[in-house]
Amino acid sequence: MEFTTFLWTTFAAFLTLAVFSFLYKDNPMYKFAEHLFVGVSAGYFVIILWHGALVPNLFKKLADGDWYLLWLNASEWWYFVPFILGVMMFARFFKKSSWISRWPLAMYIGISTGLAIPLEMANRVNRQLWAMMEPINWSSFWGERYLDIGSGYSELLIFVGTIAALVYFFFSKAHTGAFGAVAKFGIWTLMLGFGASFGFTVMARISLFINRIQFLDINWGQAAFDASGTANENYHAGFQALFWAVWLIFLVYAVFEFKKYLNSKDKPSQPESTQA
Amino acid sequence: MRSYLEKMKASRVLLLVLVCSLLLVSFSTSLLAQTDSDTDTPADSIPAIAAPAQVTDLKAFDTDNDHGHSITIEWTLSADDGAGAKSVISYEIMRWEPFVRDSVMAARDSLGWVQARINKFEKEIPLAEESLDEVLTGQPFLDSLSFLVAYDEKDTSFVLTSEYVDKTLRDTIAAMKRDLPVLKVRAPLLPARFDSLLILLPKEYGKYPDATIGRFDSVGTAVSGVTSHENSSAVDSRSPGFIPDFIDYYYRIDVQTSDPNIRTTSEIVGPVQSSGQWFNSGLVPVLIAILVFTILTMIFVQLAKKGMDLYVRPLAGIEAVDEAIGRATEMGRPILYVLGLGSAADIATIASFTILGRVAKKVAEYQTELNVPCYDPIVMAVAQEVVKSAFIDAGRPEAYKDDIVHFITNSQFAYVGAVNGIIMRDLPATNVYMGKFFAESLILAETGAVAGSIQIAGTDEIPQIPFFFVACDYTLIGEELFAASAYLGREPELLGSLKAQDYAKAVLLASAIIGILLINIFPEYGETFKSWFEVID
Repeated sequence: MEFTTFLWTTFAAFLTLAVFSFLYKDNPMYKFAEHLFVGVSAGYFVIILWHGALVPNLFKKLADGDWYLLWLNASEWWYFVPFILGVMMFARFFKKSSWISRWPLAMYIGISTGLAIPLEMANRVNRQLWAMMEPINWSSFWGERYLDIGSGYSELLIFVGTIAALVYFFFSKAHTGAFGAVAKFGIWTLMLGFGASFGFTVMARISLFINRIQFLDINWGQAAFDASGTANENYHAGFQALFWAVWLIFLVYAVFEFKKYLNSKDKPSQPESTQA
Repeated sequence: MRSYLEKMKASRVLLLVLVCSLLLVSFSTSLLAQTDSDTDTPADSIPAIAAPAQVTDLKAFDTDNDHGHSITIEWTLSADDGAGAKSVISYEIMRWEPFVRDSVMAARDSLGWVQARINKFEKEIPLAEESLDEVLTGQPFLDSLSFLVAYDEKDTSFVLTSEYVDKTLRDTIAAMKRDLPVLKVRAPLLPARFDSLLILLPKEYGKYPDATIGRFDSVGTAVSGVTSHENSSAVDSRSPGFIPDFIDYYYRIDVQTSDPNIRTTSEIVGPVQSSGQWFNSGLVPVLIAILVFTILTMIFVQLAKKGMDLYVRPLAGIEAVDEAIGRATEMGRPILYVLGLGSAADIATIASFTILGRVAKKVAEYQTELNVPCYDPIVMAVAQEVVKSAFIDAGRPEAYKDDIVHFITNSQFAYVGAVNGIIMRDLPATNVYMGKFFAESLILAETGAVAGSIQIAGTDEIPQIPFFFVACDYTLIGEELFAASAYLGREPELLGSLKAQDYAKAVLLASAIIGILLINIFPEYGETFKSWFEVID
């Protein structure tokens, strides 16, 4: 590994540790990592918008037109309409004309909602309902596949659970009596699903954490201490120095915090009346 | 000892003679067999594959309910597919193509390649110049030009002469060398003009069956047992294998065997043209569902407007909102409202705007501090409008500041990092998370719990709800978020739509129960009933 590469790896390791340090409390290292991340991502977002949206979807479309004709002689002149809508958004910066920016917003929300409603209705209502109407394998209850939990029982449970969960989301009636009992079964079904989903996602998060630890160990730690040069032929003492420098930053902060703690302990607590 | 060695020698000689004679016999036998086969049967001892029976009932028609650019071909299986000689392994779908189409496509692709080099990096410009010379002298380009000339097109919009292409591209390259970035965007226009040549192709397709100007080309393969194939392309005329609409196409099916030389061609069907449809009949169930829902909404909105008392059961999470705002006022700490990562078009974000309006109004009344960090710039713009209106409604327009609603970044975890920082530094009394949330849900909610805030969350993202459950004080599950906006607002439009939702749910419940009973007791009726809800894209 080149030393310059290791420099960047060390920086990444520092940022990883800085973010982990938030587990203790908000601190200057975390603040640095946070502001760097936000700044870089905001800048990156602007570039992505420019090159990924504006250049291909607007400038290139109107490029064969002429500005003095407002690009209306371009082969795809209709792209001038979203251009105007985009420009209207800038009216927000002027108090008197800020109402103009509501037009493109209204158009955006209107079009998006119009697209979303049929899609939601098809995917979340029609298709779900269609898929639910399946024959139940009654042979699990009696017959040759008696007590086969995998088929008929689960089919029936899915059906009853779906109906009960739907009852839970009925807002026009109080959850009392028999209706309340069905709704309660519905929320139980939902909780079962949520529990499974929670466990599954936590496992995925732990694997992400393991990946970070592996990065700190293999990519950073092992490269810093590879004195034999087996994995890192460019190894020299600078690698180790950089490694310890990062830990030194955290050590200095820990000492500073500890001193602060001791000082606060030595100070006599103020009487309650002054606090009030 | 000697006699023993002699015996061994003799036996070895005997063995050698035996092996040699065996080899001789087998060699002569094979030679004889070879001679016989030369005269009587083919060299291969494997029996030859007979030509399979051709497909029958071949039909080609425009694919229904699509955006065009697609032809469906159907056929009845060959008699040797899974039966008879069982020799069929696949069906090759062949379409008649004019030769000039290849030239036009090839010339356009190579021109596109040159321009991609120009657009990319300065270091590739010499490569682009070199390729340009090759393109302009290449046969496909010359063929394409002569094709254009053959039609004697008067329409100058094509502007496709070798001089024009040469000048345009060389000008672009020269501009690139002088680093004039404005001209970079001009470069991709040329293939688009070249595409206009495709408009002339229908005239060529229409010349079938003139074999001197075209041939049948493979456009797809279907494995044995399959009786249909969709020959389709993207809408973009620059996509590979583009199928222009309203052009005459002719198809045939070749039945293939394991021997590539043995295949049977079918009769030719055509002409057939592709076209898009304005109405997708496969989505009629969705249309009916939307109509039913719309009618129900209109009825209940009218009833609500007439003052009918529409009962909505209390929702704990929403009841807690007022209490949480009061707590923040008492503690003198701000309220943090997070709209999530959804866009302004997401239903959950739209519902969240209504709740934000209600929260902002209360905040303005109680003179508490409100902080709304945003992930999406459009969401920020809408949220600013919502909060501003709420402050005006509360009679405190002077208290509104644009900073209340502010943009952070459009990167998921950078946003989370910033919001976490805000939570730990400002220690808000109340955190409200309403909208669309993804992997950041637990990180946000956990930090809020550490900061000791009262937390109310609501999302329609089912996988994130468990995280809010464990870290928040109140959680609105899925549709409760939409109900919340109506419950808080108590406006006739929102209440009416909530009631309509409930009744629509009742219709769905009844349909599901009827469907499941029918399909289990009277399967035939059940299948018919089920088909009423089927959505075909």
